[in-house]
Amino acid sequence: MLRFLPALTLMAMLGPVVAGLLGALLPASGHLPAAGFHGPSLLAVRQLLDWPGLAEASRLSVTTGVLATAGSLGIVTLIVAGWSGTRAFAWLERALSPLLSVPHAAAAFGLAFLVAPSGWLMRLVAPLAGWERPPDMLIVGDSFGLTMTAGLIAKEVPFLLLMTLAALPQARGTPTMLVARSLGYGRMTGWLKTVFPSVYAQIRLPVYVVLAYSMSVVDVALILGPTTPATLSVQIVHWMGTPELSARLTAAAGAIWQAILVGVMLLLWRAGEHVLARQGRRWAAGGRRTHGDGVLRAMGLPLAVVSALSVLLGLVLLALWSVATRWRWPELAPSGLTMRTWSRHASGISDAAGDTFLIAGIVTGMALVLTIGCLESEHRFGREMTRRATLLLYLPLLVPQTAFLPGLQTFLLSIDADTGRVPVIAAHLVFVLPYVFLSLGDPWRAWDVRNATVAAGLGASPDRVLLAVRLPMLLGPLLTAVAIGVAVSVGLYLPTLLIGGGRVSTLTTEAVSLSSGGDRRAIGAFALAQTAAALLPFALAIGLPALVYRNRRGLRG
Amino acid sequence: MRLLPFLAALLPTATLAAPDPSNWGTVLEEARGQTVYWHAWGGSTATNDFITWLGDRVSDEYGVTLEHVKLTDTADAVTRVLSEKQAGANTGGAVDLVWINGANFATMKEADLLFGPYATELPNYDLVAEEGVVTTDFGMPVEGFESPWAKAQFVFMYDSADAEPLDSMEALQQWAAENPGRFTFPQPPDFLGTTFLKQALVSLVDDPSVLQDPVDAHDFDDVTQPLWTYLDELTPNLWRGGAAYPSSGPAQFQLITDEEIDIAPSLSPSEASTAITNFQLPESVRTFVPDDGTIGNVSFVAIPYNSDAKAGAMVVANELLAPEVQLHAQDPDVLGYGTVLDIDKLTTTQAQAFADLNLGVATLGPSELGEALPEPDATWSKAIEAAWIERYGAE
Repeated sequence: MLRFLPALTLMAMLGPVVAGLLGALLPASGHLPAAGFHGPSLLAVRQLLDWPGLAEASRLSVTTGVLATAGSLGIVTLIVAGWSGTRAFAWLERALSPLLSVPHAAAAFGLAFLVAPSGWLMRLVAPLAGWERPPDMLIVGDSFGLTMTAGLIAKEVPFLLLMTLAALPQARGTPTMLVARSLGYGRMTGWLKTVFPSVYAQIRLPVYVVLAYSMSVVDVALILGPTTPATLSVQIVHWMGTPELSARLTAAAGAIWQAILVGVMLLLWRAGEHVLARQGRRWAAGGRRTHGDGVLRAMGLPLAVVSALSVLLGLVLLALWSVATRWRWPELAPSGLTMRTWSRHASGISDAAGDTFLIAGIVTGMALVLTIGCLESEHRFGREMTRRATLLLYLPLLVPQTAFLPGLQTFLLSIDADTGRVPVIAAHLVFVLPYVFLSLGDPWRAWDVRNATVAAGLGASPDRVLLAVRLPMLLGPLLTAVAIGVAVSVGLYLPTLLIGGGRVSTLTTEAVSLSSGGDRRAIGAFALAQTAAALLPFALAIGLPALVYRNRRGLRG
Repeated sequence: MRLLPFLAALLPTATLAAPDPSNWGTVLEEARGQTVYWHAWGGSTATNDFITWLGDRVSDEYGVTLEHVKLTDTADAVTRVLSEKQAGANTGGAVDLVWINGANFATMKEADLLFGPYATELPNYDLVAEEGVVTTDFGMPVEGFESPWAKAQFVFMYDSADAEPLDSMEALQQWAAENPGRFTFPQPPDFLGTTFLKQALVSLVDDPSVLQDPVDAHDFDDVTQPLWTYLDELTPNLWRGGAAYPSSGPAQFQLITDEEIDIAPSLSPSEASTAITNFQLPESVRTFVPDDGTIGNVSFVAIPYNSDAKAGAMVVANELLAPEVQLHAQDPDVLGYGTVLDIDKLTTTQAQAFADLNLGVATLGPSELGEALPEPDATWSKAIEAAWIERYGAE
C-alpha cells in the first residue's frame, strides 16, 4: 500500500489539472456536445476574439502579474538584505504567520476600505486638504490595475519572505556575509552580490508560483481590479456564469489563452533571469564595494512595514465596519457601535463556517495522510525525492486556476457528476497538497533517524515507530502543516465557486460575492470571520505543542 | 383531518390529473397535504423571512407545506426543468413553483415548460389591477401562465442635502453636466444598470411602442441612436468619468453615504427607505420619478408542467394575492414590494389598511409614482447591453 502512495498522491494532485486542461481544450475547439456544439470549429476562438476587451484584459493580466511579482520579490530582497538580524526584522518575522494566513480576499477588502477616495486614509487627509467631499479619483479599480497590484504585493511579500527565510541557511547566508563584510562590501551590495544568487536559485519556484497566481487571480481582481474591461481571468469567470451555453465555449478559449499567456510570461521571466545573471556576474566581479547601500537599505524597511501595516490596518477597519452604526464621510470613526450586523448575519456566517471547516478539515486530513505516506515510503524504501519530483509538486500551483477549473467543471458536467462538496474537496486537494507537502517535508527529513534505530532495537515495528515515536515528536511541524492546509483551503475562492456550482458556500465565496453589494458592514463581518477561520489553526499550532509538551522542553515549538 | 394526507398518498391518480383552477373547491381538497417546492431567489434575508411567514400561513389554512429552495440565479431552476424534460421526466419534477419574470419566463413559455393557463382563474385574481405590466412581461404576453405577486418600479434616489428632484431624463443629463462625478449607475449587464439604459431608451425614442416588438423587427441603430447620443454626452460627467461603475444597486448606497455621489437609480420605490433604517443610507435620501413615467416590472410565480403539486402551488399563488399577504409584503419593514392589487376593488377596511401603511420616509405613494411603463421586449435588453459594453464597457 505504502509503495503506491506517491503515485496516488501525484494522481490526486495532477489528475484534476490534466482533466481540466483537456476539458477546456475540447470546448475551445468548438466541441461541447452537451450544449449542442459539435466541433471542431473556430467558433470559440472567434467569440473570444470578438470580445472588445481582449487586448486590454490580456495586457492587464501581464502587467499586474509581472509588477506584483517583481514588487514583492524586490521588497523581500531589500528587507532581508538590509535588515535581517535587527529588531525591526524580528518584529516583521513575528507578524509573518498571521499575515500569511490572512486570506487574499480579506486583505483586499481591508485595503479597499483604506485607500478608496472615501476610505480611511483620505478621511485623515480631508480636513487638512479642506475636502468636503471625497475626491473623484479612480483609485480602487484603476485602469492600470495598480491598486490590485498593491493588494497582491501586500499578500505575496509574506509568502516570499517565508520562502527566503527557509532558504537562507542552505544558502549559507550568515557565513557568506561575514566574509563579504570583512572584505569591505556594504551590507546591501555584499548581500546582493554573494547571497542573493544562491537564495534566488532556491526560491525560483515560489517566485514562479507568485507570477502565475498574480496573472490569473480572480478574487483580488473582483475586489480591487478594473471593470472596463475586467482582467482576463475575471472575464472567464463571468462567461462561466452566463446562462447561454455558447459562453462556455468563449470561457474555454479564454482559459486556454490565459494558460498560454502565463506560460509565455514564465518563459520570458526565465529568459530574464539568464540576462540578469550574466549582467550580475559582471557586476559582482567588478568588485565595487558599495552601490548606494544607505538609500537601498533605507527603502527596504518602510516598504515592508507599509505592506504589512496595510493588511493589519485593513483588518482593523473591517472589524470596525462590522460593528458600525451610521458612519458618514469624513468621520474617522462610526457614530456608534452595534452588534446588529453580526446578529443579522449570524446564521449565514455559521452555515458558511460549517461548510468551510468541513471541507478544510477533510481536505487537510487527506493531504496529511498522503504526505506522511509519501514521506514515510521515501524513508522506508530509501527513495529520495528528485528535483523533477519537486517540480511536479509545484506544477498545480503554476497552472493558472482559471485555465483548468472551467474545463474541470465542464468535464464534471459532461460525465454527469453532480457539482457539490465532494468535487470541491477533490479540487481543494490539488492546492492544499503541495503546501502541506512543502511545509512538512523539511522537518520530516530533518528528524534524527537514530530515534528510529533505537526504537527498532527495542523491538518496535516500523509502523509502531511511525505512530509512537516519529509522529508525536513531529507534533509541532504536523500542526503547522495542518494550519497551512486549513488556511489554504479556507482562502480558496475559484475552486469552491466553479466546482461547487454555486451550491457550496464557504466564508470566502460568501465574502467575495458580497463585494458586488458594497455593504461594508456585511463585508466586514464575513471577511473577519474568514480571517478568523484561517488564523485559528495557526494559533492552535503554536499553542498546542506548548500545552502537550509542557513537561518535555526539547519537543516544544 | 389528519387522515387526509394519508388518503391522498393512497390515491396517486388524484395527483396525476391536472387540477382545474376554475373548480377551486377541488383544488383546495387536492392541495391539502401537498409539499410545494418554491424555487425563489434566496439572496435576501427579508425575502427568506417573508416566504417562511407565508409557509406558516398556507400550512395553517390549507394544509400545504411550503419549502423554499433558495436560488442564487433563477436560470438554475429553468435549466433544471429543461433538463428534466429532455430526460423525459414528465412527472415528479423538482420544481413546483418558481419566482420568475422576463427572459426566464419567455424561455420557459416558449419551450412549453409551464403549466397553464391558470393564473386568471385564481379566485384572488379578480382583485388584481390589470395594467400593461401585469398582462405582458418584457414584451411576452402572460396569458395566464404566471401569476403576479409584487410590483417594482424604477425610481431615482437622491440626497436631498445636495440635489433636487429632476423632471426628465434630459434634466438629469443637464444636472450631471453641472455637477460632474455626482451621478452613476451600476455597470451593465447588472440588471439595474441595464434597466437604467432601458429607462433612458423608453423616454428618448420617438415612438416607444416599437420597443414592444422583438428587436429584429426594427433597425436597431436607427431606433437606439438617441440613447447613444444621450450617453455620449452623459458618460464623461458620470462618477469617475465613466471609467468605473458600481457593481450593483446596493453598492451605490455606500457611494451616497460616503458623499461620492448624490443621485443613483433604484429598482424598488421602497429600497431607499429600508436602507435608511439599516444605516446604509443617510437620513436625507429621498426618491423621485421623471414626469413622463418610469418603467416597472412585476414579479410572477409560475408552475412547471411536470410538477406533482400543481394544486398546492396554485393555492400558494392565490394566497400571494390575498389582501393581507399583499399588505404584509408592502410593509417596508418586511419587503416593501409594491402591491399588484387594485385598491378600488378591495373592501373599505382593506383599502384603509393600505392607506394607513407607513411606506417609509423616502418612498413615493402610488399617485406620485404614476402608472408604470411596460418593459421593452426582452430582446432589446440583450441588444442594448451588448452595444453598451462595446461602446463604454471595454475601452
